[in-house]
Amino acid sequence: MKPHPEKSLSENSAPRFSGRLFHYSSPQTFYPLAGKMIPFFWVAAALFGIAGLWIGFFVAPTDAQQGEAYRIIFVHVPASWMSMFIYLVMAAWAGIGLALGTRLSGMMAQALAPTGALMAALSLATGSLWGRPMWGTWWIWDARLTSELILFFLYVGFIALQAAIDDPRRADKAGAILALVGVVNVPIIYFSVIWWNTLHQGSSVSLTRSPSMAQTMLLGMLLMALCFWMYAIAMALMRVRAIILERERHTEWVRAEINLEKSNALE
Amino acid sequence: MHWNSVAEFFAMGGYAVYVWPSFGACALLMLVETIQVKHRYQAAVESCRRQFATDQLDNKTL
Amino acid sequence: MSLVATLMVTARRDLLLAMRRKSDVMVNVFFFVIVVSLFPLGVGPEPALLTKIGPGVLVVAALLSTLLGLPRLFAADHADGTLEQLALSPLPFGLLVSGKILAHWLVCGLPLVLLAPVLGLQFGLDGETLGVLMLALLIATPLLSLIGAIGAALTLGVRGGGALLALLILPLYVPALIFASGAVEAQMAGMSTGGYLSLLAAMLALAVFFAPWATTAALKIALE
Repeated sequence: MKPHPEKSLSENSAPRFSGRLFHYSSPQTFYPLAGKMIPFFWVAAALFGIAGLWIGFFVAPTDAQQGEAYRIIFVHVPASWMSMFIYLVMAAWAGIGLALGTRLSGMMAQALAPTGALMAALSLATGSLWGRPMWGTWWIWDARLTSELILFFLYVGFIALQAAIDDPRRADKAGAILALVGVVNVPIIYFSVIWWNTLHQGSSVSLTRSPSMAQTMLLGMLLMALCFWMYAIAMALMRVRAIILERERHTEWVRAEINLEKSNALE
Repeated sequence: MHWNSVAEFFAMGGYAVYVWPSFGACALLMLVETIQVKHRYQAAVESCRRQFATDQLDNKTL
Repeated sequence: MSLVATLMVTARRDLLLAMRRKSDVMVNVFFFVIVVSLFPLGVGPEPALLTKIGPGVLVVAALLSTLLGLPRLFAADHADGTLEQLALSPLPFGLLVSGKILAHWLVCGLPLVLLAPVLGLQFGLDGETLGVLMLALLIATPLLSLIGAIGAALTLGVRGGGALLALLILPLYVPALIFASGAVEAQMAGMSTGGYLSLLAAMLALAVFFAPWATTAALKIALE
């Protein structure tokens, strides 16, 4: 058996930063590392979630205009934020993969996409549930909801393109180009939708009125956003581990890793 | 604490039908995603094991 | 060889091929006409309503018919190996690809621009509005061809190419749709159309610069 790469690195007195970065960017070293990190992100997600829900339901006061319905904000806004943020992260991984040719980057982009799509779907569902009491209708072509819908389509396109290409390397690269084209277009789409909305509808009831928002509401929202963020990282790491195994199952290190896990489970 | 009773908390000032499905949808979809990813991971591990078993068989027959 | 001459190498060739297969071009044009004609049948012949939805219907139909021609943009050349030859040729691949996109616009986009006023009459749009409609489509259709080319390159030789292409590209067409139909609606409302048209033109300038680049990158992946 070959010496473990981590050991050989620690023997090296001064590993260069870029060298270390590339070291962790190989699926072989990232797989066990991700496995170790996942529980921490789950715990963090749970803690932030409990704190956020506590503040959201028990500390934050009732809204003067929207009554208790505004409490949907504590899941709607984090889901919207994460749906946009995950797209950016996904495009960043895709760009890195395209520029440096690291295998892990494409896998990370692929692992992030379904979670991003889920966040966009949650944002649409909760936005609709909020819109019903506030606007009196399940759906309104409001700028925020409309651009979220288009973002959801972008995710679906990315997932569909990768699913349609059998060769994983080609799927990664094609997906990367699509994600980068998408990320250039997202701001253009967003501003065009706002422009369109203001022209056709004038002003509608704004769901998030930041100036009048109480400090506790903001804190609850931030805590819930952190919870969703940690959840998304845990989910992406779990999925990337599955993807690594799916793609590298012919390699020697996967065999060693699986056997190790088996013996750990038996102990 | 501004809730006077448990019932009042669950009533959400009359908006219960909108507030609870929102939180429920998040919890449910996140749970479904977690289970789905777990299954995918276990399926990957299983397929690796099968791969090794067939490899070993091939090596023996060779 | 100069920039324009290089561009014209593939453009002229594709145009010649399109002229030999006129039916392909006609299918595109008739698709546009039929989609536009279906709307009055769907929503009823009330003139006020038709005038209101007219600009949007025309632009959406233009969007769909440009999409229709996109799977053919690289498919034939990919199948017979011409695309590989072009990629290996000493001429800059990006310019050759741009030439193909130009030909696609001349074959699939320009006829729509010329036909739009005739169809606009069916929706009761007046003379000046028709002028703005043509101008908006004249800027928007090349934009559609450029963005669409990226999708065509990405889905080249991929399972379920046509439907997948629509899924990838239609969300990216949203800004073009909003500003092109917005310009026509602004004209109808007696407002200035300059803002819309210049934003469309700005997007076109951006796309002219970046889309061929992304397309060539995608084509190189497909050719690997």
